[in-house]
Amino acid sequence: MSGSEAGVNLPALTVALSQVVVLVVLSPLVIGLMRTVRARLEGRVGGGLGQPFRDVRKLLAKEPIRAKGTSWLSVAGPLVLMASSLVVCALMPLLGTVTFDRMPDDLFVVVSVLLLGTVAVALVGLDAGTAFGGMGSSRHMTIAALVEPTVLLAVYALSIPVGSSVLSRIVAARLEDPTSVFSPVSLLALLALAIAVVAETGRLPVDNPATHLELTMVHEAMVLESSGRDLAWLELGSWLRLGALLGLLATLLAPWGVVTEVSAPGLLLAALALSVKLTVAATLLATVEVFVAKVRLFRVPELLAGSFVLAFLAVTASYLVAPG
Amino acid sequence: MTEHAMTERSEVSAAQLPDLVAARLTDGYRMALVAGHEDDERLRVVYVLVRPVDDRRVELVLGVPKGNPVIPSLAALDYATGRFERELHDLYGIVPEGHPLPARLVRHAHWPRGWYPMRRDAGAPPPFEPDVGSFPFLQVEGQGVYEIPVGPVHAGLIEPGHFRFSVVGETILRMKARLWFVHRGAEKLFEGRDIHDGIALAERISGDTAVGHATAYATAVEAALGIDVPTTDRLVRALLLELERMHNHVADLGALANDVGYGIAHTHAQRIRETLLRLNRRTTGHRLIRGGISIGGARLIELPDPDLVTALARDVAELVEISLSNSTVLDRFTGTAVLPTQAAHELGTLGYVARASGLDQDARRDHPGVDLDALDVVLEPGGDVLARYLVRAREVQVSARLVASIVHTLAGNPGSGSRTTARGAGTGLGLVEGWRGTIAHRVEIASGGRLSRVKVVDPSYFNWPALPVALAGTIVPDFPLANKSFNQSYAGNDL
Repeated sequence: MSGSEAGVNLPALTVALSQVVVLVVLSPLVIGLMRTVRARLEGRVGGGLGQPFRDVRKLLAKEPIRAKGTSWLSVAGPLVLMASSLVVCALMPLLGTVTFDRMPDDLFVVVSVLLLGTVAVALVGLDAGTAFGGMGSSRHMTIAALVEPTVLLAVYALSIPVGSSVLSRIVAARLEDPTSVFSPVSLLALLALAIAVVAETGRLPVDNPATHLELTMVHEAMVLESSGRDLAWLELGSWLRLGALLGLLATLLAPWGVVTEVSAPGLLLAALALSVKLTVAATLLATVEVFVAKVRLFRVPELLAGSFVLAFLAVTASYLVAPG
Repeated sequence: MTEHAMTERSEVSAAQLPDLVAARLTDGYRMALVAGHEDDERLRVVYVLVRPVDDRRVELVLGVPKGNPVIPSLAALDYATGRFERELHDLYGIVPEGHPLPARLVRHAHWPRGWYPMRRDAGAPPPFEPDVGSFPFLQVEGQGVYEIPVGPVHAGLIEPGHFRFSVVGETILRMKARLWFVHRGAEKLFEGRDIHDGIALAERISGDTAVGHATAYATAVEAALGIDVPTTDRLVRALLLELERMHNHVADLGALANDVGYGIAHTHAQRIRETLLRLNRRTTGHRLIRGGISIGGARLIELPDPDLVTALARDVAELVEISLSNSTVLDRFTGTAVLPTQAAHELGTLGYVARASGLDQDARRDHPGVDLDALDVVLEPGGDVLARYLVRAREVQVSARLVASIVHTLAGNPGSGSRTTARGAGTGLGLVEGWRGTIAHRVEIASGGRLSRVKVVDPSYFNWPALPVALAGTIVPDFPLANKSFNQSYAGNDL
């Protein structure tokens, strides 16, 4: 992540680093908030906002126990997921639209980096050679194969009016013209993206993160054999993905607060705005989760096909309404 | 009503046995249990057949010489009998001749050959040997077929059982369950006990069915010794059976919703169940209703408040309505793990599993311990998860009505709790509709009031083989839901 020829691109680096720091702090809180909201709505007390932090702290202090016969993949996989999640956090225009020149937050770059993490977790699931891990990986890849085109298509639809597939340009354009947020194209694309994000991050109705039933698991099945630090990276890495994707969704829907020029008060305000957006998004998602059940696994493709159709309509509509 | 249902008992020869059993089976009887015994000079197998329509009970007694313990296999006549025969082989060393699947059932392969724990000379359990015979899992072959082993240790707080799935993609081709990981020798533990001490043991056969097993045991002992139980105490027993049915059904109605990710129904089911458990404690002094039943009677600390029970049943009805009005929940339940009526009948299934496949049977009506006016037998024809869910949901309502009606009839009388002092010898059968289905206990009492043999059959013994049948064509992620909809006892099956 080096800057232009003139040296280090300091503003971009500042934004990227602050996004990483802010998301590392916020993502576990988002998970804690979602669990707490769900617990309260169901009449339970719940573990509290800080429980995910305490879990990760505990796991980080423990040495990983790896199954016999596992390869370097079990060691590298969690780190790759964690690294890819950090890169995604750094790239996405969540606090500011200032980007690196040589590695912009292009849509295709972001999706590729996300996919890198997806594949890493799937390989971790396969590595121990247990039936559950393989089952989880197979389901995970099936879902990923259906999700990625939708994400690409949805964001592509948003990029057409802007004329660029760089996420920060899209966000910047929305900041300039807030009415574009509520255009039919934008709403269709955001709905498609929301369904894809729910599937990608393993939430209801696609996957039940709270289940103990191995045979029904998707994400949890892949990390069953991991423990200690390995598990900590896998958990934190997944939470960061959820935080970043929810953040992207919220930012596309409400771009306000994102800075276009770097300044300390501006970034502070942007971080505050992001916290508010994530709080609202997480509360909404958790509330919806209380009222939905998990669909039959064979219905997941139908759901995702539906979101793909929405994204496709968004693309079509964007050409129809595009000026010139 | 007769005080004790009459049992015809006749000694038969090995040559007569198959024809006699076949005749009874075509005559509407079902094999309720097959029990082995060891007498001084011979082994003895007792076949108990019962007919639900008129509560007729028939016992066929077959003597087996100790030197050559061979009986003709009846596996071709009745599936459940074939499994009882495998059990006889494992525990008594009685060989069913011509059995189509003479593999071990109760004792896993690491138990030494030739050691039969129920025989008098068995002694202490010998050390395990290497698992030579293993378990005859049928290998399914073909392109893309793979196996998923699950258990015996599971992620949740459930009992141990090993399931081996042969799967193509996500579709289950075949599932084989290996049970008897919690074979504790419960039947052997009864031997030599005083009849009164047997109650505590019966209450612990399957922890969630304390009343069911205790009542079946007490009924069998009372039949053996000709003890009359006052009507009030019979009503108290019926009341406790319904309280037990309620708290178990409520827990599972919530757990089924939880298995499809609808956690809020589970939380509220837990709330209702907890209220019922506290009511149980006020009623009997124990949350899981131990200690209310004695040989010769039953007694409560206080009668349950019928208004509370009715209010909780209303809560359950609302919970069921909310759960099923969620289209995803309804979709997950509908058409999942169908047990066809014919298969349910042929396997000899009991309880709500049978009733959800359209089989009209309920020991409360077929083998009554006391007349219950408010009883409705709930039937559903579907055989899927939804049918089993609906049967149990409606049974909660029936149970609540029964509780209210019994409390009204008892009019403040908490039962006499009379305890017999009889010390005779005898043989008796007890059939009781526990919450899972018909529980059968057959006791033999030697002179002096000591138990010489207790044969226990939990309905799970009949219902377990139905699960793989229902799973054919189901997908792997639906297995936990299907399994929960049957919710069979491991401890009650393994004994």
